[in-house]
Amino acid sequence: MAVATTAAPAAAADEKELLISGSEAVAEGLTLADIDVVTGYPIRPYDTVIQAIAKKIANGQLVAEYIVAEGEHSQFEIVKHASTVGARVFCGSSGVGWAYAMECLVVTPPLRVPMVALVGNRALDDPGAFGVEHNDALFVRDLGWLLCWIDTSQEALDTTLIAYRVAEDRRVFLPTAISADGAFLTHSQAITLVPPKSKVDKFLPRYDRGDLLLHPDNPITVAPQANEDWVIEIRRQNDEAMKRAYTVIEEAYADFRRVFGRGPENPWFEEYMTEDAEIILVGMGTISLPIKVGIRNMRAQGKKVGLVRLRWFRPFPTEQLVKALSKASAIGVIDRDYSFGSPFASGVVANEIRAAMYNAEKRPPLLSFISGLGGREVTLEDVYKATDLCYNAAKSGKSDVKTHWLGVRE
Amino acid sequence: MAALICEVVYRGIFQKNLAARIARGIVLSARKSGRWGIAFGRYGDSPQRNGIPAKDFAIVADTKEELEQNMARYEPKHTDVTIVLDDTLSKGVESWAWYGLQPINRLTVPGGTVLMTSLQPFESLLKDIHKKDVSYKLSLLRAKASFSGLWVHKEDHTEARVLGALAKIAPAFLTLDAVGQAIQEIEWGSDLKVASARKAFDRLETREVKITEGNAEIPYSFEMPKWWEMREGVTIPAIPIGKPKEGGQGYVPERNPYFKKFTTRTMRPVIDFDTCVKCNLCWISCPDSCFDVMPDATFDANMEACCGCGVCEAVCPVEHCITMVNESAFEDNASQWEMWRKDKAAYKTWLTGKIGDKATTVRSHGFRFRGQYDEELKRDLDQGGVEIVAGIPGENAQHKTI
Repeated sequence: MAVATTAAPAAAADEKELLISGSEAVAEGLTLADIDVVTGYPIRPYDTVIQAIAKKIANGQLVAEYIVAEGEHSQFEIVKHASTVGARVFCGSSGVGWAYAMECLVVTPPLRVPMVALVGNRALDDPGAFGVEHNDALFVRDLGWLLCWIDTSQEALDTTLIAYRVAEDRRVFLPTAISADGAFLTHSQAITLVPPKSKVDKFLPRYDRGDLLLHPDNPITVAPQANEDWVIEIRRQNDEAMKRAYTVIEEAYADFRRVFGRGPENPWFEEYMTEDAEIILVGMGTISLPIKVGIRNMRAQGKKVGLVRLRWFRPFPTEQLVKALSKASAIGVIDRDYSFGSPFASGVVANEIRAAMYNAEKRPPLLSFISGLGGREVTLEDVYKATDLCYNAAKSGKSDVKTHWLGVRE
Repeated sequence: MAALICEVVYRGIFQKNLAARIARGIVLSARKSGRWGIAFGRYGDSPQRNGIPAKDFAIVADTKEELEQNMARYEPKHTDVTIVLDDTLSKGVESWAWYGLQPINRLTVPGGTVLMTSLQPFESLLKDIHKKDVSYKLSLLRAKASFSGLWVHKEDHTEARVLGALAKIAPAFLTLDAVGQAIQEIEWGSDLKVASARKAFDRLETREVKITEGNAEIPYSFEMPKWWEMREGVTIPAIPIGKPKEGGQGYVPERNPYFKKFTTRTMRPVIDFDTCVKCNLCWISCPDSCFDVMPDATFDANMEACCGCGVCEAVCPVEHCITMVNESAFEDNASQWEMWRKDKAAYKTWLTGKIGDKATTVRSHGFRFRGQYDEELKRDLDQGGVEIVAGIPGENAQHKTI
């Protein structure tokens, strides 16, 4: 149930307006990116993307190889191979399906396979639940995958194009996962602008694998066995590629704005009413909606609250975040995930931000919240409660070490 | 500050595409006047099962901020219009989500509207629709429930007619012209459907429902436990084994007290206990184990557990021993066997009345033979209904994208 709040883009004359879901918007993006190979294995909520792509192919709007695999493990393996022979590929999954593909997800970054994947965020089993949690996508946070969260169907379409541009940049050549909240984004239809192919061609160059192309004219062996004499250097290469992604992402967003006349200036996170904010709440994905509405209501009562909605989680925008958050009197991080036994039993995002802030000159108190697990509604009351606790911390100047669970029956 | 919030309550699978078309149609019609909107299904209702009550929502607002204000929750807590695509849903809805029985008008705001497709008179529907402590309007669109088999969409213009009716109910958001324009442009639209929308606008029947009117039954509900009250390990107690009935002669299983399933039903089995040959086939075949074993070895279909699938009717070897009858012909879930035991002659009269009514024994959903859909559409046409054209009726061929 997401919608864009950032300044409504004026539809350029050559853009068409569609009422489509986040998943359908990804399929529009894939069609514009003219992907070559897509594999499918159904799992909710990701399956809605596969359905939308199948329709595109059936209608003749997209010419691509559509391979139905016998499981998530195989479907990621198939696109990995297709990518090495020069195909632009797409695949994705949700929840435990993403987990089942883990072996293939692990090998993709060292092989420098610039695939784009969609993770329709879903709670991990058990219990078998369909609702959103971010733990599935976060499985790959340490592996060399680029990882971002989107919030609206417009952002779904735009980020699909940006993801190929970044991943396939030879300086990066790493897989990119786009995370979309199950139901709230994957299944909600909102007004979305679809640019013409001619503009997309100006933004997204052809996929060129260069000397890494697996082809008889370019005899190479991919993934030979290597032990302690080689492994750490390979990891260091990945580290360097991930570091280069910072520049490439900034270039891509700047170019996106130049070509399409819209898109955010700050690729890394959306700042909503943070300029004069005493309290800054932080979250990822569609949780922004109740937070923004809550902020507007609280500002009407004179409470200066703002939101930082994190888009890119890998690479993590450390410097930019520290700069944006240092100015607050207190920070409240609302995680839609968990990390049992972690420092302060906090969520993943809260601990990443704690680490990022450690060397900051000004470190406001930071409170950690866990909310909305399994698709539970994050209510306005939850937002107000988190803000009040942040105000208490701002007054005392001390970080509350307890992690607060919002909206749990207790 | 103006927003219109609609819910579309429908029968899972049979009406999935129909409900989605209506929700999209609302947003696209409102977009004609520059409004913003969003259309979505209740995620917890899916994956759907045949007949299970499910919901789509459409919200339209003057500005994006107002839209957000009304969307900042999992699903709307109040609706201006409750659209009901099958009148047997008036008995209440219980979705997959396990939260008890919800009256069909539960979310309808004071002065709001319940818009229902039905051939029944107002009074008959108000015997089923639960009482509400505020008054609201009941609008009837004269139509049979638009059911089809599985994922097939039945092209009987119901989506266009509902949108036309909505233009009458909420003209500030959807004018009839805007609805017509949106239908004309939409991939399933046509001139004929625009005409259907206009007719529905003209013919809509509406009356006010007072707080004294409606079914006085208190719908069943339950408290959800706190995290520390729940058993660990994602483990729940099994349903206890059943009890022998009347000295071990019969057997009645215990059933899930939190999920009763009966609002899934659009038809129910009516059983002639006098002609039952006690073959057990209904008891074995019922996918929901809804048959209780009676002391005389006949089987009583438990109406709190029956989903109305009709398998029992199909497998019963005795003609007219089990007959499926439309749910609207019944007012409670009482045991048929107890009624029969009490007064066999009276039961025979009741049974004959129920299974003898051709209008209520017409199959509500699914197709029994190839070509049945075409035949039904033709019959509708003979009675002044929709026009049949070659190919898929009503489709806007020029909007088919290649």
